[in-house]
Amino acid sequence: MKTLVVVDHNNNKLEKSTLNTIKAALKLENVDLLVLSDSCKDICNELIHIKNINNIFTNENDAFKNQLAEDSANFIAENFKDYTNILFSNTSNGKNIAPRLAGLLDTMIIPDVIEIVDKQTFKRPIYAGNAIATCKSKNKINIITIRSTAFEEAEIGNENVGKIQEIGSLTTNNQTKYLNSELTKSERPELTSADIVVSGGRGLGSAENFQILEKLADKLGAAMGASRAAVDAGYVPNDWQVGQTGKIVAPNLYIAVGISGAIQHLAGMKDSKVIIGINKDEEAPIFSISDYGLAEDLFKAVPEMESKLN
Amino acid sequence: MKILVPVKRVVDYNVKVRVKKDETDVELDNVKMSMNPFDEIAVEEALRLKEKGVASEIIAVSIGLPEVQETIRNALAMGADSGIFVNCTSKLEPLSVAKILTSIGNKIKPDLVIMGKQAIDDDMNATGQMLSAMLNWGQATFASKLEIQDKKIKVGREIDGGIENIEVNLPAIVTTDLRLNEPRYASLPNIMKAKRKPIDEIKVEDLKIDIEPKLEILKVEEPKSREAGIMVKSVDEMIEKLKNEAKVI
Repeated sequence: MKTLVVVDHNNNKLEKSTLNTIKAALKLENVDLLVLSDSCKDICNELIHIKNINNIFTNENDAFKNQLAEDSANFIAENFKDYTNILFSNTSNGKNIAPRLAGLLDTMIIPDVIEIVDKQTFKRPIYAGNAIATCKSKNKINIITIRSTAFEEAEIGNENVGKIQEIGSLTTNNQTKYLNSELTKSERPELTSADIVVSGGRGLGSAENFQILEKLADKLGAAMGASRAAVDAGYVPNDWQVGQTGKIVAPNLYIAVGISGAIQHLAGMKDSKVIIGINKDEEAPIFSISDYGLAEDLFKAVPEMESKLN
Repeated sequence: MKILVPVKRVVDYNVKVRVKKDETDVELDNVKMSMNPFDEIAVEEALRLKEKGVASEIIAVSIGLPEVQETIRNALAMGADSGIFVNCTSKLEPLSVAKILTSIGNKIKPDLVIMGKQAIDDDMNATGQMLSAMLNWGQATFASKLEIQDKKIKVGREIDGGIENIEVNLPAIVTTDLRLNEPRYASLPNIMKAKRKPIDEIKVEDLKIDIEPKLEILKVEEPKSREAGIMVKSVDEMIEKLKNEAKVI
């Protein structure tokens, strides 16, 4: 039995969720890592100290710079079909590539896994997290994506543990071409790995009003999030969305402001350690899962909180 | 240009689903069912391409029990031209659905398949990518912007941290994200008109495809619930609790 973790990165840095995926993979057996990039070295340096891994396979090719699913899936299907388990993080990259790979290898993907019960049994949320399904796999190859908030990070030691080895060659696809990216520039921490998240909902009322939340977030060194309602209303960009159709977060502190607490939203944040809700409607469902609730007008409470924090 | 739009009948997104007492599934009896919201976005996008004169024909396909024909009728009422109903009584997972759609794709040869990025029941987010692999077509997942030029499609994709723009040769698969468009409601005259639009029926057995599930569901349970905490009376009390009790700031 061999297990492969496909490393998620931005060509310079490791995507932190990869550490959670490796931790999950270590519940299986014989873990190797695969780095596909136009520049593998820096990423490998971050991986080499991770405990209990065997080999780090790399393939350096300009075509991997943009991580098109067609290229990555073809390469993995050709070079790693003798593996029992192939794991990805459930990031936008993982979600794009893993099912395509499963299609190539004629195997049923097991997405968004939150618990590995045994080598063939996995738990995953369904119906926006309103139910948890336990699935037993009859696949020969399990292709799995891991929900990073459900697993701890793999341990990093001092010694070099893995061996680095270049493998395979890529025949680039001629179907899909990368053009460019429009990335949201932000000084704030990344939403899915932030310690504190400040999230706003439709209660904010406008894009401008989100600035009062952003002030609070900056005071706390927090990431910004939002409910789907706020995204749909056009107040904030889609990549701020927390919920079943957006990002899944589990920070130490989640501050939900002007969010009623639709089930869709709760699915994305209910594993946070401490949740506070601020909403003028004292019947709002968000209070039923908040550790601390404050039923007050957010336009009064948020600036007050911001000014009193130091 | 011919567009194929797969649509799935799912529990309506407003329904609070409950786990069955015997923990074999969620309660599906007497529950309101609707078209998967992401698939509605897919139908809408196909219609807009037709209205722009880019597409000439839109075919909606659904797989399952006879009830899924209602979902096809919804797509027809929105404006799709015809439907394909694949009659199948067994439980299907994305791998089997992708195989069935591959077979239909090979038969009717669409230039474009637009489908939801995920169904809100099993939340798999897999069928579109699997279908692309099986047809050996390019894929543009999580689309929030879409434009067709010559034999290519330009797609803005929702990725972690922003938007990625790619160009895919046709034929291609697009999976829809939320911001792509806001689906229209079917008007009463169009609902009436939809009743006369043709739906072809195919029996899944006739496709001779292995649809045996690879994942056996052992159990469906309630998620761990989180208990409500306390209500504080002021911002001062909130800050005090966060500092001294929860110790998170």
